[in-house]
This record gives sequence, structure tokens and C-alpha cells, in this order.
Amino acid sequence: MTPESPEPAANFERQQMEVDIACVGFGPAVGGFLTTLSRSLLNPDGSPKLESGCLPGFPLQVICYERADGLGFGVSGAVTRGRGIRASFPGLDLAKIPMAAPVKEERLVYLLDPAGASQRSWALRAGDKLIRALGSFLGCREHALEVPLIPSFLQKHDGFVMSLGQFNQWVGEQLTSSGLLQIWPSTPVTAPLIEDRAVKGIRLADQGTALDGTPQEGFLPGMDVRAALTVVGDGPVGAVGRSIDAHFGLPAGHVHSEWALGMKMVIELREDSGLETGTVLHTFGFPEPEIFGFLYVHPDRMASVGIFVPSWFRSPVRTAYRYLQHFVLHPYIWRYLQGGTLKSWGAKSLQESGRRGEPFLVGNGYARIGEGSGSTNVLSGSGVDEAWTTGAQLAEAVVELLEKKLPFTRQNLEDTYVRRRRASWVDRESRVAADSRNGFPQGLLSGLFGMALAGFTGGRVVIPPPSSRKKGASLEERCGTRIPPAELQKLKDEAAERSLPLHDQIMNRCGWPEIPFDGKLLVSQQDALLTGGSVQAPPGYANHVVFLRPDVCRNCEPKLCVEMCSGQAISRGESGVPQFDREKCIFCGACLWNCRADEAGEPANVDLRAGAGGLHSALN
Amino acid sequence: MSNAYHIVVCGSVVPDPLQTLEPIETPSGPALKNEMLLPAVLDPWAAHALYEAANLGAHAPGSKVWLVSLGAKAKLQQVMMTIAQKVSFELVPIDGPAGGFSDAHASAAILAEAIQSITGLDRSRLLLFGGWESASRGAGVTMQLIGERLGILDQFQGVDRLTVQPDGAFEILERIEGGRHQVSLCQGPPALLGWATGNLPEPRNNPQIGMANMRAIMPALQRAKAAAPGAEAIRYRSASPPKQQRQTRIEKNLSAEEIAREIVAWIEKS
Repeated sequence: MTPESPEPAANFERQQMEVDIACVGFGPAVGGFLTTLSRSLLNPDGSPKLESGCLPGFPLQVICYERADGLGFGVSGAVTRGRGIRASFPGLDLAKIPMAAPVKEERLVYLLDPAGASQRSWALRAGDKLIRALGSFLGCREHALEVPLIPSFLQKHDGFVMSLGQFNQWVGEQLTSSGLLQIWPSTPVTAPLIEDRAVKGIRLADQGTALDGTPQEGFLPGMDVRAALTVVGDGPVGAVGRSIDAHFGLPAGHVHSEWALGMKMVIELREDSGLETGTVLHTFGFPEPEIFGFLYVHPDRMASVGIFVPSWFRSPVRTAYRYLQHFVLHPYIWRYLQGGTLKSWGAKSLQESGRRGEPFLVGNGYARIGEGSGSTNVLSGSGVDEAWTTGAQLAEAVVELLEKKLPFTRQNLEDTYVRRRRASWVDRESRVAADSRNGFPQGLLSGLFGMALAGFTGGRVVIPPPSSRKKGASLEERCGTRIPPAELQKLKDEAAERSLPLHDQIMNRCGWPEIPFDGKLLVSQQDALLTGGSVQAPPGYANHVVFLRPDVCRNCEPKLCVEMCSGQAISRGESGVPQFDREKCIFCGACLWNCRADEAGEPANVDLRAGAGGLHSALN
Repeated sequence: MSNAYHIVVCGSVVPDPLQTLEPIETPSGPALKNEMLLPAVLDPWAAHALYEAANLGAHAPGSKVWLVSLGAKAKLQQVMMTIAQKVSFELVPIDGPAGGFSDAHASAAILAEAIQSITGLDRSRLLLFGGWESASRGAGVTMQLIGERLGILDQFQGVDRLTVQPDGAFEILERIEGGRHQVSLCQGPPALLGWATGNLPEPRNNPQIGMANMRAIMPALQRAKAAAPGAEAIRYRSASPPKQQRQTRIEKNLSAEEIAREIVAWIEKS
């Protein structure tokens, strides 16, 4: 048996437990899986419909482990068409789900740069000039142009806004109240148990260790949970999903090359904000042309406001938090948000390769669902409903196999789960979307053109993928003529000396105004970490971010892992090797895909392992 | 005679104190804004009592621990997912409001009745544990009232340590002014202990304990009796959160002494 992770406590005997189905991660995909499965576990008379293989005479033993402290922690606000969710809950009453409301108004807005600090191509600058010149004719106001028509593939008119945290909580309550299955938060899963090219279950994280994983007083080795089927729904940066990818590889031609960091605030709007519940804004063009933004209005004057910083934003100055604050301060957005109060804040990595990043969906003893299985539709910008639907499809397949008393082999799962998925709208639409973002590495305009091309031709005509995907330009390249080389070097030296990231100094020097902190909505990043439940790091767990080869990090510049870290948990260490502070980590996973070691032909040098804690807010 | 105890822990659920808690006025009196949205936790005081109960029970073979909990069923269920992996216990749930604005006398009556209805509970072995205080805005008197209703005369509040003597008697440390403890000797059960923080760390999550607990907890939750402790006898004139201000600075290199000196200087200046 090979646990796919380092073994700091190999000499300890581990407890073992046997279940029928072990699920990793509780997000919308596993929510969809468990909701659908739970409806097939009992006969109308209450007797087990599907009998346990490991506990004969009992109902199927299903268990789910979630890293976060609660089922609703550490996830994000969303707008979704909710087709799959509604199929699972016919006649869904949104009023029963806190913070959910039907979409009432949807706007697509191009934001001009009022600060003149963003880095725009000549074509974009020319376009901006034209928009400003024709401002009154085009309806340009507050440095923004509302696009009169939203392409059909982007529309969410028939959908709803929600807090994914509250939705997960709602789903979790219904599932656990049935008593048919168990969901355990605060329980990170370290690795799959792989034996003879089959997944035989999972290993839970060791407890009672020092930060380096050394056993301490009260050490409890992580239990091995053996299962006939392991359902992997731990998202794009989950330790189990990545271990399986590392062990079995990806299908030919598939890559995890596109990522984005979604960072958002939950804001209580002032009484007269002018925004109605159900309002949805999608924005592009600011704070940088590559950064997209959103604003969703929930009931009771709550709003989710955020940005997506994509991997093809090649600037080494990648502080999503500061960019988010500039987004909030954009005149078009600020007129709504001024006077509001920050209630919560969070960030997560999004796997934006979509279908092109799809792993092997099944294997002997395991199945992949949700975002980590490549279900996100990168054209429509939709992931929650797709994830839910893949979970529901797997549950139907599992019921079919159990009823036929067939084992969870790769072939059987192919014939049931993968067949369902391939025949569904999720797969059909993901094929259309597969190459829709190929144009973005060349710039915003070619990216938008590529999306339109793919969207309007049903994916038949697309821009070819870029030949190379460099993660970050050099600082010199990015700063160009804005900062003379000597001054840039001085800024770099000062940042290195003070172990600080560079982005604030660079952005200030490039003309970005200082953030006018008000202690209410505009607060320092460290204060944001303490807002709305703050960030938790329960003691007794090892560091979950590890820099594998210090020499590689020492020579890496700019250190994108430091610049992009959402919680400022990674800082420049004194020796040049980044240092990690788990008390600030929100498990966004940005360090993973911002490691530049692979550009030099080296394997990635950041390992994101299973860990406990993270964001602790129920409003996300 | 064996030293096995029957330990009943009274513990309510409260909104997670790490969330933003905002008191509001409602037609039915004071409440917390969006209380049902907020995640719940086992009252931290009661949680200490539960861990102490489990520890004591583990050292006295044959002992049994019950957790009697009054709270909205959905919230109780949520909290069980967090604590049921930590220690073994049997849940006695009561489905009802757990807000701190309910009447402690009414809550005590409901809890006492639930305790009396526990099958197989042996009063001669009974130790009634709970929190000395509460994080639910309660007045911290409920335990005392339950004890009175159950006729338990040996009551201790602000307990930090219980040590079983060779003859089976208890040495109990209760907090008193000035950071000191009052040491009491008690012959043994029945007794009531309102725990302060105790000295035990939070137990690790043990999935096997969780699985075993849940087999009984979920059916118990499904059978939970409804109760509604009223607050008719109480009229709240006003409610306000504690005044708080926060100044954040992350400091990794200062010693504890230096940090303490800075805080003292800051308090003196404020």
C-alpha cells in the first residue's frame, strides 16, 4: 500500500476503519453526490435498500471528510443557473437557503481606468479614448460602459445568487438529519491509499505533531479509512486529487495550465445603496485588463464583491487584495459600496483549464467529481452547478452498480458514471468551452474575441492554444519605462532587506493611489484576515505548505508565491527561502500554481498538503 | 462498590463566538442578527465540562457520560459533527431555543426533567457537570438551578480541577478572587460541578469515536422532544455588545515578556 505523501510518522501503528464509500471534501459536488445517494439508501418501510458490504445487515456505510472547521466555511459566493441543483430539488424554494435569491438584473460592464495606472495595450488605450470621446452617446458614466447585450453563453438570467457557504450548510443539515450518512468537518485527508493501481481508501492527517510533522505529546496517527469506493471531490488543489494525478498521470493532451485566484469580500450595503436583491454585475477592464470582477447582491443588503486574477495575468505584481480594493473603489462600483461594512473576506483558486484539464475521471476504486475533475465551464464562468451535477451523476451510477452487485472497477465506473457524464449538458457545454480562453494570453481583446468565437460557433471555431505559457514576466519587463532600472533595483533590495513583498511599492510607483483605509470597508489585509470569523489554524497539525528544495526557491525571482499569497502567509525568508505561517493561510492554493520552478524544467517546488483550519466565516 | 460514575453534562449550543455577533431588537425581545445563519458551537464552558467528564469517566471503568443539550435541532446536529469525534457520550437532545435571553429558571426546569427521564441513571453515582458561565449571554445560574431541582446539595462553581482521592472522595479546586483557588473536599456523588476552563486540552478528533457516537446520536436527534423555555417573566430593557476595539499587529520576534510590557503600557495609556 502506498500512501501518496511523505511519511513523517511511519513507525506508528495506525487505526483502520472500513466503510463502503469514503468522500473527500464537502463542496457542491459531494453535496450533489450525497443528496442523490441518500435518497436511494432506504426502502419506504425504512429497511436498508442498499446493504453495506463491510457491515452486513446495515445500510450502506457512507462517510465524508472535510478539512474546514465547518461545512460552510472557506468557500465563495456564486451566481448560477442552477439547472442541476433544481433537478435535485424540484420546486426549490430559495427563501429556505440563507443569502439565496433569484437573479433580478444582470449587467456586463466594461470598466475604464480612472487612475491611469493599469497596464493597457495600445489598442485598448485607443478604444478607451474612443469610449470616453463618445461617452454621452454610448451611455458611458462613472468611468464605465454597460454593454447593451450580454452574450447568451454568459447569461445567468434564469439563475440565482447564493452564498456557497450557506448553501453547503443547508445541504449538509438535510443530509445529516437523515442519519443515513456522516459528514465530518475539521478532518483533513492526507492521501489516497493506493495498492495495485487501485485506490483502496484514504488516510487522515496525523494529529499532535510539530510544524515539521514530528510526533509530539498526544500524537494521534491519521487513521486509514478503507473503502470500496473513494469519491474525490476535494477541489482543484486538494491533496487527494493531486496525489491521484501524480500517481496515474493525466490523459494525453490534458494539462492544468490555466488557473485563477478568486478573491472577494462580503459587504453589508448601506440602506440606500440603490442595489436590489438579485442584482448581478460582471465586469472587465479594471483594475487591470486581465482582471475580471463581479458583484452579486444577496437578500438583507449583503453583497459579494470580488475579482478573478488569472494565471495569464503575467505581472509579477499580483497582489489580489490590493487590486480588489482598487476594484471596490472604482467610481462605478464605489457609488454602491460607499458606506458599506466588510463582513467577511476570502479567496480560492479556480481550475480554469476546464475540460482540457480533466483528469482520469475514474479508476479502480475511485471516481472524480466537481472542479477537480475539470467540470468547470470556462466559457460561461460557471462551476457550482456543474460540480453538483457531476456528483449527482456519480450517485446514480453508484446506485446502479450496487443494485446490480457490481464492484467499483474502472470499467464499471466508466460504463455508468462516465457514460452519464458524457451524455449530459455538463460535458456537451464543456466541449464548447474547452478552447474558448486560448486568446487571453495574447491580451484582453484577443481573449474576448476568442470567447465570442467559441461561444457563437458552439466551439467549432477557436483560437489555437498558445505555444508556451510563461507564468510571469520579469519585473523589468513589466515595469518597462515606468520605473527606471536603478530605482527598480533599489525597491527590490529594500523589499528583500525587509522581507516584504514588492507589490505595494511597485503599484505605488506605477501610479496606483494609496488605499484610503476607513477601518470599516477598506481595511488592511491583516485586518481582513481577522474579519468575519478570521482564519483558524488548530494546533497539532504539521505545516501544509512546504518548500521542497530550498536552493530552487533561493534563486527564484520574483517570488510569485509570496506576491500572490492571499493571506500574506508566505513571506520572503531571511535566507531567500520563503517562510510559511499557517496561522494566516486560507488554503487558497495560489502558491501551488504560482511556483515558477516548472518554467525552468524542474518539478513544482511548493507542496500543498492536507491541513486543518483556514477561513472560518459562514458568510462566504 | 465500583467507582463508576454516571456523569451528566449540561451543555447548550451557542453561536460561534468567532463570528461577528450583532444584537438586535425583535418584536419578541433581544436577539442576534441572522442568528440562524451563524454556525454554532458547543458552549465553550460546557465543552470543557464535557472533556473533563470524558477524562474522569475514562479513569473509572464502567462510567457513562451523557450530554444533555437544549438547542435548535438543526444547530445541535451541526455541533455534533464537530464534537462527536472528540469523546464518547450519549446525547439527550431537547429541541428548543437556546438563546441567552430565555429564562434560566425555565431552561433549568426543562433540563432537570430531561435528566430525570434518562433511563438507567443512578443517582448515587451522579455527577452533574456544566459550564460555570455561558457564552450565550446567559446569566450563568442555570446549573445551580438544575442542581436545586434535582436536590443536589454539593455544588461547586468555577471548578478548575477535580481529583479523586484513594477513598473515593473528591478534592475540588474552585476559582476565587485574586487568581487563587478554594480547595474543597466532597465525599463523592451526587455532586454538581460548574466548570471553569479546567486543565485539559481539546481532545483530538478520533473518527472511530465519531462513528460510534453517531450511531446513537442521529436516532436520538430524530426523537428529540420539543421544548420552549419562555421568557415571559423577564423584560429586557436593553441589550448591547461589549465595547471593543481592535488594533492589529502581527509580531513574531518579540518575547512574551516584551509583548506583555507593551500591552500593560497600552492599557495604562488608554
